[in-house]
Amino acid sequence: MRETLRVRLFFVFGGIFFLLFCSAARNLPPWGSYRGPYGDVIARVSVYERHATDVVNAINYDYRAMDTLGEEFILFTAVLGVLMLLRREQVKVNEGEKIDDRIRLSLTARASAMPALLVTVVFGFYIGLHGQLTPGGGFQAGVILASAPFLLYVCENTESFRRVTSHRALEVIEAAGAGGYAVIGLAALALGVPFLTNFLPLGTTGDVFSSGTIALISACVGFEVTAAFLLAGYAYLQEIIAGETPEE
Amino acid sequence: MIWVGAGLLILVAVTGFGVVRTRDVTGQVIAISFYGVLMSLVFFFFQAPDVALSQITVGAVALPLMIMLAISRMKYRTVRMRKRERDA
Amino acid sequence: MPHVLHLLPYLVAAWLFFCGLYGLVSSRHLVHSVICLAILQSSTYILLLGIGYRVGGVAPIFADIAPGTVTVDPVVQALMLTDVVVEAVVVALLLAMVVKAHEKSGTVSPDELRTLRG
Repeated sequence: MRETLRVRLFFVFGGIFFLLFCSAARNLPPWGSYRGPYGDVIARVSVYERHATDVVNAINYDYRAMDTLGEEFILFTAVLGVLMLLRREQVKVNEGEKIDDRIRLSLTARASAMPALLVTVVFGFYIGLHGQLTPGGGFQAGVILASAPFLLYVCENTESFRRVTSHRALEVIEAAGAGGYAVIGLAALALGVPFLTNFLPLGTTGDVFSSGTIALISACVGFEVTAAFLLAGYAYLQEIIAGETPEE
Repeated sequence: MIWVGAGLLILVAVTGFGVVRTRDVTGQVIAISFYGVLMSLVFFFFQAPDVALSQITVGAVALPLMIMLAISRMKYRTVRMRKRERDA
Repeated sequence: MPHVLHLLPYLVAAWLFFCGLYGLVSSRHLVHSVICLAILQSSTYILLLGIGYRVGGVAPIFADIAPGTVTVDPVVQALMLTDVVVEAVVVALLLAMVVKAHEKSGTVSPDELRTLRG
């Protein structure tokens, strides 16, 4: 189908659907007047029941932990797909085709990137450990920690990025993070309570080591997200790093 | 305060349209990075700090980085194919 | 809340949805269509957060406010948090497919990819 015909059909049917959506949106509650009971009940109850002051993370890793398990496995499968599509075996490397991998930035820029790297890593661990108290948790911490080697890649050459991310340990960490979540749920089953119940001692509200399995699950998710982003980045950069040639 | 939120939402609508209408792919990466920062401001207005933290790190850093890596990988392969054709 | 603003986030969400869909339909570069898919996905964030907002509510973090204060809805925020991170990785998967398609056929235009077979 030619492009102009496609776009005209889209405008006709899309316009009809847009009008139907607008007439349906008139029955939604007006903006700013949330009425549903579920959110209010959880916000009132979760500080006492789970000793976690961050209600959003308590929902993510305890009340609706099953949904987060599914999302985490979406992430795992997507990275699996990226690695399967972009990995290739080591073939011959033509000498004249290697990419020019010199360090291009000046010493000042690289020297001032190192404190930024340190602050990023410390901040990532802080966000990951305090998920149950303040905004944060495993997903955010994973992305922050994964941006540190990318900072290395931007400031130095691809060789330093490869030295950090080309280990088999990254794959083990990712699998351990994804599997650890399921193992924590199964451990609850082994103790006789339902899957993914919070079975560890809950501690004092406001402490770092509080709220039972929420902190543990958050740590597992953080490891998995970090390793997932680094593996995906390495798969994209792999051909540029090693200068491998595709099979003809 | 509610008018600030309304203004931010209108800005998001305009920026989204601008991202779609940018035809050059490299320019579109910069546009979607700006869109990500704007979305995180909207999430702050909606009193959602967790989601805003996620959106800042992902939408302004990780997503444009992935797209740029994919684009540069395609360009690197095209350059190398052409060099090989020229030498052959 | 002034009456004119009652439906604003829902309309903005629908507008973003149709912008993304228009970009997807009329795209000439596969990476451009993947980015329009990301815009499509962000329209759902605005819709969900618009439903959960409450005027005068604060963020649902009780680290420094008393439990029992009026907050916005935490459930939609929990659904959205994981979604934002998963979106980036799914975009990475789609771009890996685009890279492979470019490798096999040498072109990134969706119209040309349809006519090249076998």
